[in-house]
Amino acid sequence: MSLSVEEIYETASMILYQNLDIRTTTLGVNIKDCIDSDFNAFTEKVYRKISENAVKLIKEAEKLELKYGIPIVNKRVSITPISLVMETHNTKDNYVRMAKALDKAAKDGGVDFIGGFGAIVNKGLTSSDRVLIDSLPDVFAVTDRICSFLNVGTNVTGMNLDAVNLIGGMLKKTAEKTKDAIGCAKFVVFVNAPEDNPFMAGAYHGIGEGDMTINLGISGPGVVRSVVEQNKACDLTQLSEVIKRTVFKITRGGELIGRELAKNMGIPFGIVDISLAPTTSMGDSVAGIIEAFGIEYIGTHGSTLAIALLMDAVKKGGAMASGNVGGLSGTFIPISEDQNMIRAVKKNALSLDKLEALSAVCSVGLDMFAVPGDTPEETINAIIADELAIGIINNKTTGVRMIPVPGKKAGESVDYGGLLGEAPVMKVNSYSSKEFLNRGGRLPAPVTSMRN
Amino acid sequence: MEKELLFISVIGEDKKGIVARISEFLYKSEINIEDISQKIMGSYFVMMMLVDMRESGKKIEEVRQGLDSISSELKVQIQIQHENIFKTMHRV
Repeated sequence: MSLSVEEIYETASMILYQNLDIRTTTLGVNIKDCIDSDFNAFTEKVYRKISENAVKLIKEAEKLELKYGIPIVNKRVSITPISLVMETHNTKDNYVRMAKALDKAAKDGGVDFIGGFGAIVNKGLTSSDRVLIDSLPDVFAVTDRICSFLNVGTNVTGMNLDAVNLIGGMLKKTAEKTKDAIGCAKFVVFVNAPEDNPFMAGAYHGIGEGDMTINLGISGPGVVRSVVEQNKACDLTQLSEVIKRTVFKITRGGELIGRELAKNMGIPFGIVDISLAPTTSMGDSVAGIIEAFGIEYIGTHGSTLAIALLMDAVKKGGAMASGNVGGLSGTFIPISEDQNMIRAVKKNALSLDKLEALSAVCSVGLDMFAVPGDTPEETINAIIADELAIGIINNKTTGVRMIPVPGKKAGESVDYGGLLGEAPVMKVNSYSSKEFLNRGGRLPAPVTSMRN
Repeated sequence: MEKELLFISVIGEDKKGIVARISEFLYKSEINIEDISQKIMGSYFVMMMLVDMRESGKKIEEVRQGLDSISSELKVQIQIQHENIFKTMHRV
């Protein structure tokens, strides 16, 4: 095997200068086998299974970081949707106790988040699902590392508006109970949520999964931006080609590390999620790629086309590189976690309405954005329902992670620091959709779901 | 015993003694140099070495630490990575 200096330099500089990393490796853990009629025994078994395996994950991941010189930034655990295993123990108090046990397992095991403290309610809510939703503000108030999700629809079942209608109130209570409403950043509502998504806050270990699995999210917005900047004269077809080639390479690298990690832990390898995910580090911005295309600030006219082009090229490059592409595999465009997104909101280039349009062509939806604390519950639910309708009708995953910040008005901002970044508070439409939302019920599955 | 091949890449400003200093360290660590080449790329001096670690008693973290201290002494970036990552990324 001979490699040229250029090839060695290309890989080395992706890591040194362009923030290429494995964004997350997530160990999916089935906890159905921990269920016990004695609740103390149940939480103890869950604690042990998670903390012991988390320790192994950290140890093996660190070995591979040294071997390959690629940082694995986040190591996480996802679990079976909690409401399923709590059916016979479903009191608010028990949910909080279980959350504390999981939080302790995460801390003692050394993982930064545990996902899956949620429910799949796309057609209806069990009493356990309702108690779970009711307990979430308290759960977020007493834990640090618990992430929660709800899947409220699929394109074959339609969307459960009754479940959506419970979310606005829950988010507002969470906002009051946690500093700067930070608890809301740990909850995401989806339609068509994938069972093997490694990214938080929405990761969970699906009920169709085996006992344990390793899923991995690779990310290199800086690498893609760099290659775009080096190809200024390209037309759209050529631009798509250079992005495809780059994503191919980084996906291959990610798959190698994921497979080896799974092998060393003695568990099956799940998927590589090829989503581009930004961080607030300088140059690690997805919006920065769009702006490198030649868009002054993301959100102005042309941005939807630009995201569509980027997304399609990323998928084509990733799909060629790995037979195990899964999870969300789209592009994350959170506001607070991306320096250029924050700047675009502050420049009034990017509105909530345009963000919704962008999410129609990328996978993840409205992510990590703040709205005024006095936004009515029904308006929060309507923003969620609009976004999720895009997913239902277009056979794709969409999600919403929204932070109503108490006491803040549009134009102000809240700074979380670290990975969560800074969230400028965005303007919402002041007119009401209350009567429509209060109709409740279920959005019927679209006709496109009838394929049999 | 099978070869254990890793690439060492050095990026930075060209100066005297880079190759000498790294080779000396590798020699003392019983790491064999299989291949070496260098190039000026843009404003950077880029060198790569393919090394075989199979006879070295050192672990990769110790070698990495040794290279890190040479890196700060010479003010160049030095990376060491298993060859598989390059093979996977650059060859189909």
